Amino acid sequence: MNTKDFSVLIGGAAGQGSRKAGLIIAKLFNNLGYGVLIYDDYQSLIKGGHSFSLIRVSEKEPLSHSQEIDFLLALDQRTIEEHEKDLSKEGIVVFNKDRIEACEGTGLDIETIVKECKGIPIMVNIALIGGFAKITGIEWNVLEQVLRKEIDREIEKNLEIARKAFDGAQSIIEIKKLKNNPRPLLTGNEAVALGGAKAGLETYYAYPMTPATGILHYLAERGHDLNVCVSQLENEIAVINAAIGSAYAGKRSMVGTSGGGFALMTEALSMAVQAETPVVIVESQRPGPASGVATYQAQGDLLFSLFAGHGDIVKFVVAPGDANEAFYWTGKAMNLAWKYQTPAIVLIDKELSESTYDFSEEEIKKEEGKMWDGKGEYKRYLDSEDGISPMAFPGAKGVVKATSYEHDEFGITTEDAEAVKKMQEKRMRKFELMKEEAEKMRSVNVFGNLKSKTTIVCFGSVKGAARETAERLDLKMVQPLVLEPFPEKQVKKALEDSERIICVENNASGQLAKLLSCFGIKVDQKVLKYDGRPFFREELEEQIKKII
Amino acid sequence: MENLETYCPNTWCPGCGNFGVLAAAKKAVNSLLGQGVKKENIVLVSDIGCSSKSTDYLDLNSFDSLHGRSIATALGVALANPELKVIVFIGDGGALNEGIAHLIHAAKRNSNIVVLMHNNRLFALTTGQFTAVSPKGLKGKSTPEGAPEEPINPLELMLDSKASFIARAYSSKIDHLASLIEKAIKHEGFSFIEILQPCVSFFNNLQFYNEKVYEVEDEERTKEEARKLIEEWNYNGEGRIPLGLLYSEKRETYESLINKSSKGKEPDIKKCLQIHL
Repeated sequence: MNTKDFSVLIGGAAGQGSRKAGLIIAKLFNNLGYGVLIYDDYQSLIKGGHSFSLIRVSEKEPLSHSQEIDFLLALDQRTIEEHEKDLSKEGIVVFNKDRIEACEGTGLDIETIVKECKGIPIMVNIALIGGFAKITGIEWNVLEQVLRKEIDREIEKNLEIARKAFDGAQSIIEIKKLKNNPRPLLTGNEAVALGGAKAGLETYYAYPMTPATGILHYLAERGHDLNVCVSQLENEIAVINAAIGSAYAGKRSMVGTSGGGFALMTEALSMAVQAETPVVIVESQRPGPASGVATYQAQGDLLFSLFAGHGDIVKFVVAPGDANEAFYWTGKAMNLAWKYQTPAIVLIDKELSESTYDFSEEEIKKEEGKMWDGKGEYKRYLDSEDGISPMAFPGAKGVVKATSYEHDEFGITTEDAEAVKKMQEKRMRKFELMKEEAEKMRSVNVFGNLKSKTTIVCFGSVKGAARETAERLDLKMVQPLVLEPFPEKQVKKALEDSERIICVENNASGQLAKLLSCFGIKVDQKVLKYDGRPFFREELEEQIKKII
Repeated sequence: MENLETYCPNTWCPGCGNFGVLAAAKKAVNSLLGQGVKKENIVLVSDIGCSSKSTDYLDLNSFDSLHGRSIATALGVALANPELKVIVFIGDGGALNEGIAHLIHAAKRNSNIVVLMHNNRLFALTTGQFTAVSPKGLKGKSTPEGAPEEPINPLELMLDSKASFIARAYSSKIDHLASLIEKAIKHEGFSFIEILQPCVSFFNNLQFYNEKVYEVEDEERTKEEARKLIEEWNYNGEGRIPLGLLYSEKRETYESLINKSSKGKEPDIKKCLQIHL
């Protein structure tokens, strides 16, 4: 077994605590100095069914998930049945002997241990971790330290259970400690929340919807530390309208949802453009159409998010590809929204929202928007040269009139032909500036062999698997981070020497390829995956190999 | 008294009940300004329809929102800055058809906003279709044989939705309405005033209201007592119509319960990242 780069899968029924156990296992290796990446797979149910966490552990930063499993940790029989086929040649199975009968590998009587220690059934996951730590040669004090940090209830009981399982198991393999320091492990949702807060987020509104709910939970828990007020309202329509109200009153506001909720928000999205009110919308995609597959992965809302909103609209759509980028680009989206007084969409997906990444903070600061100097009479929609009118907020000097109707410079409704044309043109000047801004930012990532004539193009969370594949096959990989306004010059520059362009997307119709074609970029081949699962590195490598 | 007017030409029909509401709103605002409320702390939020033109006619901070959504927008304004006095101008169509969920939930959570529901009992700016409070049988362009649905009683709905200030007024009784608006603004929590308002073009029931309305004393009432008054008129044709503050109670506001952010405080990202190690 390659002990420098391996995968651990822990699975069980919902309610058996496999997700928490997965995080603890990741933290164990993180504490030993390894890079980790967790994929969480769960169904839309609360008890039963089958859930698992897949943890890639590597000396280098792991970019994507591996299909092949080196350690299979089974809390129930179904985990064996579902995943045995993916076990590597020298793979090790560690299983719940009290529940699983005939099985090759190391059986641990973890349910018996929990009973003997008078624990509750969910503590079986801690017993399994205890045994696994011993099997992989992890020292007890490392395990104890991680457990003390991760478990807030009945820690002594949990430690007793973990110790008993630890002592009862035999070391099989040694995963060496590295010199690296542990890094924070964050889900994409958590990174979005922190990035928003860093750029001055003060009010977050949401209605629960998978896979964006994690942002709501995290900000609700950390609101005091992050200075964010969190409000759960009656539906997504209320959510975005309230966020726009708060922004009008001067507070940086954000909302989070998935495709269905975003569909409900689109009328107000258009209002934010007309009223020139900044708002950040996090759209975490899941498979559609309609309710689709609630807890799984897709990138099918790209075109919808680009074209959402009635009327002549330009907005920002940014698509980070991992937790670091989610942090930076959510902060960036907030600053852009306030600079241009317009909506900005952070387009993510289940894979990014709920996977757990090694995190390193990329500097982002709150940047102030253009404010009124308080001189003369205030005009909310001053017909300025660049199309950006200075802001003022109620509570201070000046009468601030904002509106969803077409309006004059003061914000009074108008139907006059000249006035209507003039205000539309003011917004168009602003849209032009936004296009220039998209070209000024570092809107496109390029990885792999920069000289290769074959280029993989992708957006969002596909980044990891695509980058790893490109690096292994010596290809080029291009990832646009800003999708509207489309950074046409930067993308074309990145693709100028490419003779073969392959689009890799988590959707069925090749929406990024369609977007590229709008700018005259011809995509030669498409690799599309639309079964609700992210790309695994082996699978993508195989598919690309086949077509090049 | 400040006239609070803008240069915007008024486009309501001559004799429209909205003129009475606008006059009463100005009167209430002026009274508050006289008592030391800062003009810049008053924020009007309007919906869509004739009633919602009010914001164009008043030289005060305002946000003219979407149809049915003004109450949600107002909640966002109130939550962002607790110093602001937030007043919503909305019609019966916006409040009870398109946006009824926002009305119910704002009442339930006791959001600190005032909702002035201009009730002309039909959609007027779209030239006369029935709303949730139109009498059954009302003939309009979409229902030439008469509206097929029973009306709901919005005050009953508000009582059951736990609104903490429920009143009814009449656009022809300007002083009475002005005093109710002033009380509503001073009330800490969700205030709902239904303003009966004849539509001279499509549903002119001025005569009917003049005959039926009567003012009740502003006194403390139990929910049962309030319900009795609220149920007197059935929104079809029967019963007398009581006007006044029908129910009020003291309850903590939503904004005071959930607002954790404080001005100028920096987010502690480092502390949060420590937890993820």
